[in-house]
Amino acid sequence: SCSVVMLLRKNLAAAGPQKFTQEFIDKQVEEFEVGKRHLANMMGEDPETFTQEDIDRSIAYLFPSGLFEKRARPVMKHPEEIFPKQTAIQWDAEGRPFHFLFYTGKQSYYSLLHDVYEKILAIERHQDKMRNKGLFTSDTKQILLTGSRWLLKEEIEENLVENISVQDYMRLIQLMELLLSMPYCSLEEEFILKFRKQLEVQSSKYEIPALQYDPQGVAFSFADGRRKSAKASITLRDSGSGNITINGRNYLYYFPVLQNREQLMFPLLFVGMSGRFDIEGSVEGSGHSAQAGALRLAISRALLSFVSEGEVEKMRQAGLLTADPRIRERKKPGQEGARKKFTWKKR
Amino acid sequence: MNLHKLTSRLCPKATQKFRHLHIQSSGQQLEAVAVETASAEANPLSVFRTSERDPTYHSEGHSGQYYTLPPTHIQKLFPYGLPPRFQLQIKTFNEGCVMVRPPALELISYLKRADYSKPPLRYVLYGDIGTGKTMSLCHALHYCYSQGWLIVHVPDAHLWVKNCKELLPSSSRPSRFDQPIQASQWLKNFKITNERFLSKLKTTQRYVWTKRESTEKGQPLGELIDQGVNRMKSSSDVVGAVLRELRLQAGGATEGEGAFKLAVAVDGVNALWGKTSLKKEDRTMPEELTLIHNLRKMMKNNWSGGAILTALSQTGSVFKPRSAYLPSELLGEEGFDNMEPFVPVSVSNYNEKEFESCYLYYLDRNWLQHPHSRSEEGKKELIFLSNKNPSILERLCAFL
Repeated sequence: SCSVVMLLRKNLAAAGPQKFTQEFIDKQVEEFEVGKRHLANMMGEDPETFTQEDIDRSIAYLFPSGLFEKRARPVMKHPEEIFPKQTAIQWDAEGRPFHFLFYTGKQSYYSLLHDVYEKILAIERHQDKMRNKGLFTSDTKQILLTGSRWLLKEEIEENLVENISVQDYMRLIQLMELLLSMPYCSLEEEFILKFRKQLEVQSSKYEIPALQYDPQGVAFSFADGRRKSAKASITLRDSGSGNITINGRNYLYYFPVLQNREQLMFPLLFVGMSGRFDIEGSVEGSGHSAQAGALRLAISRALLSFVSEGEVEKMRQAGLLTADPRIRERKKPGQEGARKKFTWKKR
Repeated sequence: MNLHKLTSRLCPKATQKFRHLHIQSSGQQLEAVAVETASAEANPLSVFRTSERDPTYHSEGHSGQYYTLPPTHIQKLFPYGLPPRFQLQIKTFNEGCVMVRPPALELISYLKRADYSKPPLRYVLYGDIGTGKTMSLCHALHYCYSQGWLIVHVPDAHLWVKNCKELLPSSSRPSRFDQPIQASQWLKNFKITNERFLSKLKTTQRYVWTKRESTEKGQPLGELIDQGVNRMKSSSDVVGAVLRELRLQAGGATEGEGAFKLAVAVDGVNALWGKTSLKKEDRTMPEELTLIHNLRKMMKNNWSGGAILTALSQTGSVFKPRSAYLPSELLGEEGFDNMEPFVPVSVSNYNEKEFESCYLYYLDRNWLQHPHSRSEEGKKELIFLSNKNPSILERLCAFL
């Protein structure tokens, strides 16, 4: 009578209790460790300090794959990441469930809520104790929350191995906020931080081209840019007078269209250095608009080395440093073009 | 803008005031930065204008400033001589203002110093597209007119080698072709410009047009021209005759009633030796066009008592790449050989001072309506987008 209560749910809880037994997973973990050491020996590196990145690198080297879909390529990872997390059988041989909240249907979620509320009560008791002693102060150590965000619903589902609804998620977040609003919440800091995820600082990702110096002492820098199969590379020289030469011709004659010249102007005007630089560029491929876009990206990248940190962030937010990912969409068989279909005849 | 560069370029007695408070009619205040030098010629109105209307007295000191063309002169001298966009601008602003620029000043100084008993010097204005060659030519022509010269002005020679509706075989010579419409148009303009000379000059020989019509020797030139205007068929030949008369009589009498100096101004002179896009009915290219032939004869310096001012032009030219602007490229081998020796005068984009002047002029005329264009940022944008090219700047400001 192992009637499966949890029917047909997606992902984690879906497959029913335990396609993979715990012993099976343990064996996989063992094999993974052994295989990791073998791989380290094969690559000639130290098995003790062989990280996951090294594994990825080695596998990519040993099994080169031309498949476009990254998830289809050969991969060697810890079994925890490969085999989906599954719930163990939650009732004993006689059919009695282990957990007291089993019949709620979402036992881990409700037990989590119970835990959080327990902690709230504990803090309140602590507060009362402090008040009795007369040591109650409001300005205790606060938890730093900047630079992190609450875990998303999907991430919590992953942790609990259960599906929860949107309202459940909101309820959980509200409870955590309540916990945070009390003084003395620093007692449970560790617990709370388990539910926060750090955000990375975006602007530190850009590599600033190196600033080189001429024999005369004039600073200049190189940069590249691409847009839609047009490649551009420029040299930005300091203490110039705003001349721009592209492929040997003046930009006024290379880009007769106003829009393209505006594109070139935008990065320089944004940082306010329009008459300061001399630009020498070469560009090839695609059409005039794409060439202008590629040059714009190249100019913004070259400007990074002349500009301060705050300005870099501003440029990033203005969208000057983002490469435009749009490319020409492929034509599909059975259609005229990428999107256009043949004339539809009803009969 | 580099202040130091500006101050070093200024003449000592110049009126280059760039620091001025210019109060707009709309009540906005504008400040442009530079050095203030007060001088006797200082105009109370604004800094980019000069009250000197006569090109004879224009000098380096006026460089970068606008002077107004007297309306009567515009009507007489330039019925179709000015570039079309400039004509629109005259109509909009109710005045014709031309900027005094170094190429034109150079040309005028040559004209002042030239010896007119010798064969005429040929001046060729060349430069990139839109830098102001035609305008400089018109400025120099205004000087000639105010000096009392006789003007032969071909506003655009390219019009004679393309897009002609009628092409008649010539009546006088079998292998040549006539363009009656263009010829009669030109004769009308010539008449308006040079009215006072028409009664003074006389023909030197007898011209026979058809079996019944002829012009006798000793007739005033005005009659010859009327002949051409009325009888379209022979108008191209009339043009040839007129040019011949002028050539013969230009250096003739040094004093007395018949004395005059001849200024031949041709814009788009590279059309004379380039290819034509005209075809006959049975689709073969014509060999010789009467007008072109006569004009080429004019270009030779086998006469005396005048000057030949020309300007190259790529925009109207037939079958020439857009990047060509040097005389050797546009004139071609044949043209270059024919025109040699000549005095080249190069015309380039505005420098900072001239750009400033142009910007202030547009502001003064309330042409720049967009509020951003009046700020410093907007000016930088304009500098960048137009690269200080006069025509591009004009087109840009047209929709601001």
